[in-house]
Amino acid sequence: MSHSIISIAYLIGSVTFVMGLKMMSNPKTARNGNLVAAAGMILAILVTILFHEREVPGFVYGLIFAAIGIGTVVGWMAAKKVQMTKMPELVSLFNGMGGACAALIGLMEYHHNLGNTGALLSIVAGLIIGSVSFSGSIIAFLKLNGTMNQPIRLPQYNSINTLLMAAVVAFGGWVVVASPDSQAILFALFGAAIVYGILFTVPIGGADMPVVISLLNSFTGLAAAFGGFLYDNKIMLTGGILVGSAGTLLTLVMCEAMNRPLSNVIFGAFGGSSAAAGSNTEKGSIKDISVSDTATLMNYSKKVVIVPGYGLAVAQAQHVIHELETILEERGVEVKYAIHPVAGRMPGHMNVLLAESNVSYDKLVEMEEINPEFSSTDVVLVVGANDVVNPAAKTDPSSPIYGMPILDVENSTHIIVNKRSMNAGYAGIDNDLFYNPKTSMLFGDAKGVLTKLVSELKTM
Amino acid sequence: MNFLSTHEMTIYFVVLSIFVGIEVIGRVPTVLHTPLMSGANAIHGVVIVGAIYVMLNVEPSDYVALALGFLAVLLGTLNVVGGFVVTDRMLEMFKKK
Repeated sequence: MSHSIISIAYLIGSVTFVMGLKMMSNPKTARNGNLVAAAGMILAILVTILFHEREVPGFVYGLIFAAIGIGTVVGWMAAKKVQMTKMPELVSLFNGMGGACAALIGLMEYHHNLGNTGALLSIVAGLIIGSVSFSGSIIAFLKLNGTMNQPIRLPQYNSINTLLMAAVVAFGGWVVVASPDSQAILFALFGAAIVYGILFTVPIGGADMPVVISLLNSFTGLAAAFGGFLYDNKIMLTGGILVGSAGTLLTLVMCEAMNRPLSNVIFGAFGGSSAAAGSNTEKGSIKDISVSDTATLMNYSKKVVIVPGYGLAVAQAQHVIHELETILEERGVEVKYAIHPVAGRMPGHMNVLLAESNVSYDKLVEMEEINPEFSSTDVVLVVGANDVVNPAAKTDPSSPIYGMPILDVENSTHIIVNKRSMNAGYAGIDNDLFYNPKTSMLFGDAKGVLTKLVSELKTM
Repeated sequence: MNFLSTHEMTIYFVVLSIFVGIEVIGRVPTVLHTPLMSGANAIHGVVIVGAIYVMLNVEPSDYVALALGFLAVLLGTLNVVGGFVVTDRMLEMFKKK
């Protein structure tokens, strides 16, 4: 009886995962989609605990509920309290937790399945993939929150990583076939996979972390699916594989948005050649502009396009920029936001941030649609964005971002760039846009400068 | 060969699920990439079901396994709860409009 209840609940759960993902692909139904999937997950967890066939001592139930209780409170608080700008690293951290969970299952199940090659294959695969996802996600987390901001590259890191990967796979294969009855060997495999996850992620530049997180996300899905294979548990299989395949597709779509093949991201093009790129080009001079001149210029414009970047989010200036937009609109200036697909730290991240400060949805214009409009734009205001407006992507084949589609801001009449200082962007490369004769630099913290700009406009 | 015939249904299941996964997010707009990744992240938290299963079958005297299992359930819960809540927060903003 309880077996069929579990089966039916798992079936319902699997359907909610598919429906949830489907609904999450459309802005109108996205939020409900997430809730539908969450409901299916709660159902699956409850029936797994409540309809277990074997007699289980009470204190084990106590431990399970304690773990779920602590995890719920901590996870809930972390997710509720995190600032919108920090969301990508939190997602990465949660992904790492899932990977670690899959790895621990492998560690615990191994010695129950000695000699059973099929089961050992699932266990070892889940262990390796889960561990790589865990350590890789932690590194991605550290990179995104700025603790580890320079890519670390061992000499010949690509060869070392490939060799290490081959070694880990061979080691795992040997463990499956030989099934040695030794905890130590299993922990050595676990450790080797952890080290590989670290070495896999450290050479990749911070700008590429979203792609890496998305990839590691699908890894964790795969690890969950191997767990499903081991227990012949249908909901782990569906959930894991759905995320594995959807996550892989999402990773490729993200790479496409940056116009870079996945191999290029993993085997590292960013940073390696960046020292050489740009430094040999002829630099012009940089022109400053004051806040009051900027205000005047904008006040008498017909059309202003704002290009927001991660710097805007870091400075928490998304509310001020909405205020600027409102006041300009009141003066009859047309204001739009140009959203590059990879603006912020993840695709779509900027939309989330601006939506938070009540910027109207139809003012956020995607790159393909806004690019033809720049020629009829009087003022482009670039706030905290850099790589997505770097003309080197079009003109300099030696640049690491060459080929990435960018916003054609140089077609407008005036370009005003707000930056804190002349530091290079996240990809670590110089930007020739700043030396463009049409460009004026408005130095200062985005929030401070924009606040002054708004009050200046109010006096006009 | 034996492996193939005993697991035939599962293999079909896996292959077809892969296609479902690809189809289901086939035409997602860029704006939803981050929430979708986050939502998918929460869904692979289903691995917690495996962790619970291990805990329910663990030898009550095996303290190492109990400790590891406790940790696994805890980490799995963080993945599930944190994942869904953070996704909801992201999507909440789209709904206001």
